[in-house]
Amino acid sequence: MKHIKTLNTKNLKDTMKKGGCGECQTSCQSACKTSCTVGNQSCENK
Amino acid sequence: MVHQYKNNGYNIVLDVNSGMVHVVDELAYDIIGLFEQKNREEIKQEMLEKYSQAENLALLQGDSEEELTVDGLGAEIDAVYDSIVQMKEEGNLFTDDIYEEYIDGFKSRETVVKALCLHIAHDCNLACRYCFAEEGEYHGRRALMTYEVGKQALDFLIANSGNRRNLEVDFFGGEPLMNFQVVKDLVKYGREQEKIHNKNFRFTLTTNGVLLNDDIMEFANKEMANVVLSIDGRKEVHDHMRPFRNGAGSYDMIVPKFQKVAESRNQTNYYVRGTFTRNNLDFADDVKQFVDLGFKQISVEPVVAQPEEDYSIREEDLPKIMDEYDRLARYIVDCRKEGKWFNFFHFMMDLSGGPCVAKRLSGCGSGTEYLAVTPWGDIYPCHQFVGEEDYLMGNVFEGIKRTDLREEFKCSNVYSKPKCKDCFSKFYCSGGCAANSYKFHGQINDAYDIGCEMQRKRVECAIMIKAAEAEMAE
Repeated sequence: MKHIKTLNTKNLKDTMKKGGCGECQTSCQSACKTSCTVGNQSCENK
Repeated sequence: MVHQYKNNGYNIVLDVNSGMVHVVDELAYDIIGLFEQKNREEIKQEMLEKYSQAENLALLQGDSEEELTVDGLGAEIDAVYDSIVQMKEEGNLFTDDIYEEYIDGFKSRETVVKALCLHIAHDCNLACRYCFAEEGEYHGRRALMTYEVGKQALDFLIANSGNRRNLEVDFFGGEPLMNFQVVKDLVKYGREQEKIHNKNFRFTLTTNGVLLNDDIMEFANKEMANVVLSIDGRKEVHDHMRPFRNGAGSYDMIVPKFQKVAESRNQTNYYVRGTFTRNNLDFADDVKQFVDLGFKQISVEPVVAQPEEDYSIREEDLPKIMDEYDRLARYIVDCRKEGKWFNFFHFMMDLSGGPCVAKRLSGCGSGTEYLAVTPWGDIYPCHQFVGEEDYLMGNVFEGIKRTDLREEFKCSNVYSKPKCKDCFSKFYCSGGCAANSYKFHGQINDAYDIGCEMQRKRVECAIMIKAAEAEMAE
């Protein structure tokens, strides 16, 4: 019987190693100009 | 920190610090809820008592072919408990927040600028009631940016961008198409300069569509990485909030043009972007209207306005808004099941990638790597601060003069905001919008509370959609 199903394939902690390059899109340049949508952006350094 | 909730039939567990999302059955949901409060034996006893009752045991049976009996319950409880212990050991559940020092180190790097919001026109051909730019004028005078100012802004961006290759420039307003020749000339200049300096300009355009024509569309399709098309959804909603200055509605004029833009861009790299207010708290119907019109890239966002405005969103509206986000999320799941795909920007979430933790914790970059430039070249932390003279940072000719403001924004992150400390959404909104905090609390290290409530709900809905998609893929 399966009780737990994990959806992610990536753990945030792992992004500490090579993250922070800053090449990704600024959130307010995507669609919104009135809230902070950082989590909605894509990584450019996968 | 763990956030547990139930939505649309799914039991969802978000491990906040790792970002891991787990969909669990009732037993695991209960054990995870007790895991940090009670020991193993206490939890087992409590679970045995609860699930020995037939109606609770039936909840665990689900679609499983193996029949679960009361006799087998103890072993199941042990198995779930062991799984949770293992997940904790592997860093996927009950993880600690280990990022504060990391982000301090990240923030201490030299500031570079990578994105500008160019206010090409402080003027507008519409008179939208909720406009934070006050019909384009931003508490000031009507003005159009000259080519010389725009060129200097691009030079400023290149000169301050360090090693960043991708540079973003949004042509914003007011209505930027009221100054389209300057837009064209600046793109041409940017394309020349990017070759010289080994940069890649990503231009974007935010427009109300009134002046859109085939020539502009052709230009935008060639040069603009993204186009944001402002429209509010249903005709009556749109025309009420987005009239021309003479009061006439703008909906009928812009819809065919926006449909043409969407199709000519192959339904990618654009957004129809609406604002909902307390006049249309049934905004899921506006999203449905966009879907019916054939749009695939959709954003509908809450207005940010002071409580005295009759259209503002107030605390008393939140229960209805929460229900509406649920309704919208269920509609999206239904569409996915029918094979009818569209993207809703505020529910976007990438569980296989997404932004790194440095990005998630350092905020939107306002006042540091993202700046707004007025038609006469003044620099503000972002478009929403334009006209707030206390936040005038410098200008494109002399650079940043208020380095104290830059430092203030640089040091603003989820760890500098007390309200964010225990919030499960902090890695998604990155501490929220500084301008909203300023508008409601007079400082940037607070949070716009109504916005926070809505943000948390959107994260919950976005994860639920992921759970439904995972189920569909099985």
